Amino acid sequence: MLCDVCKCNDATVFLTQILEGKMQKVNLCDACSKEKGVQDPTGFALADLLLGIGAAEEIEKGAPSQKCPVCGFTQADFKKTGRLGCSVCYVTFAEGLGGLLKAMHKGTEHVGKLPQRAHREIELGDRMRALTDDLEKAVAAENYESAAALRDQIKQLEHEKAI
Amino acid sequence: MRFSNVMATGGEWLRGEGPHHQIVISSRVRLARNLRQRAFPGWAKKAERTQILELIKPRVEELPEMQDSFSELLQDLSALEKQVLVERHLISREHAAKSVGSAVIMNRRQTLSIMVNEEDHLRMQSIRSGLQLKSAFKLVDKVDSTLEAKLDFAYDARLGYLTACPTNVGTGMRASAMLHLPGLVLSEMINQVIQAVNKIGLAVRGLYGEGTEAMGNLFQISNQTTLGEKEDEIINRLSKVIETIIEKEHDARQMLIQKKSNTLWDQIGRAYGVLTFAHAMTSKEALNLLSIIKLGVDLGAFPEDRRLPIDELFIDTQPAHLQKSSQQKLNAEERDHLRAQIIRERLRVFPKPDISKVARESENGSTPEPQNNE
Repeated sequence: MLCDVCKCNDATVFLTQILEGKMQKVNLCDACSKEKGVQDPTGFALADLLLGIGAAEEIEKGAPSQKCPVCGFTQADFKKTGRLGCSVCYVTFAEGLGGLLKAMHKGTEHVGKLPQRAHREIELGDRMRALTDDLEKAVAAENYESAAALRDQIKQLEHEKAI
Repeated sequence: MRFSNVMATGGEWLRGEGPHHQIVISSRVRLARNLRQRAFPGWAKKAERTQILELIKPRVEELPEMQDSFSELLQDLSALEKQVLVERHLISREHAAKSVGSAVIMNRRQTLSIMVNEEDHLRMQSIRSGLQLKSAFKLVDKVDSTLEAKLDFAYDARLGYLTACPTNVGTGMRASAMLHLPGLVLSEMINQVIQAVNKIGLAVRGLYGEGTEAMGNLFQISNQTTLGEKEDEIINRLSKVIETIIEKEHDARQMLIQKKSNTLWDQIGRAYGVLTFAHAMTSKEALNLLSIIKLGVDLGAFPEDRRLPIDELFIDTQPAHLQKSSQQKLNAEERDHLRAQIIRERLRVFPKPDISKVARESENGSTPEPQNNE
């Protein structure tokens, strides 16, 4: 069995972690396990490693390492520092972060405080989604009269959002 | 306000008057916030960090809570001054390492301190004496609500507040309490308690936070996770756990009085002897011995009016406080000598431990069961 990280050496370290009832397995060669600090079980979280592996696979696929359009941060930088570059990185690297956040926290969705203006934005967003859904249904049902009305409402809402 | 004022006014939480203050030294709540579409401090170049600082600092200084505040750029503070602030838990060790592009602003009472460009653009912290997590949160929450109207904070409808480290995302809140647990340490039950606390998703750390050693039987307990739970739920959960630990600590102290009294009086007597007569002492030894004397005050072996001088020594014997008050830079040996001297002087008027006072107190019904002390 080959090492999940370098994919050249034989794996000699086999790790299993159970997170929220899901079993995750990682196989590592001697060198990679040392590099990842696996020898020290206290300073090591499987999730950190999994994210790193995701990055390694991506590079292998030939895709140039993803870069945050706002701050220029890359996944390799995250592997190095354990910190992100800016708030937009959460969108840029959403895929890899998903599993990491799930492993780190109690839940995957924020339920606490948000800035006042966020509540307005969220409410507008919800209304927009509902109207778009209705519009699609109306068009599918060839009900052009209500579709036209819905389109006007969407325009009105977009105007509100822009304020 | 100048640094000398900060040094002179001890800070409200150091006086130790809050609820459960015998065991809970302080309660702290901090919120992490960042500006939208701006590089986090660890990734931003110096010019951008300075720009961000110039955006945030005036908004913080004009807060009603920051009337007559202490506001300094980190590059304008000496290494010793930074260390004093770390020893008072007003800035983090990480922040003390910062220079150009970072600042600290705190109120006169030293109950609110705001770090600009630590790991996040804003780290707002409220610190209170005793177990007062709720009121600490209330203060920092109010400041956050005032600032969000003036600063464009980064958030996501699903992930909440966005922070440099994914471990803080969501509420961006870390609530913690500093506990003094000599009873649990002496009765060798502390590891059990730490393990139980870890199991329910709370972290136990040493005196200065992550990666620091537990000295002076002082432990910090804080929430580990920030996503998926409301702020008040986190605080309630933490408060309940702390109340349970307070009970366990009381139980452990009673157990020591009843079953291991010889060990207990020996520890208190030795601590008193060494502190009164030693001529060289490291800060670690000082903290460990002062902790035992503090326990002695709690149990009644020393008069209650001796509590404040002991509490003050906890902070005054820390390396930076020692050097700042003596106004000179000292090497480790000189510090140990000066530390022992200060402790000897303050303990000169300190009465010898009086064990009979302890026995009487427990017979008076401070514990539910009758005692069989000889």
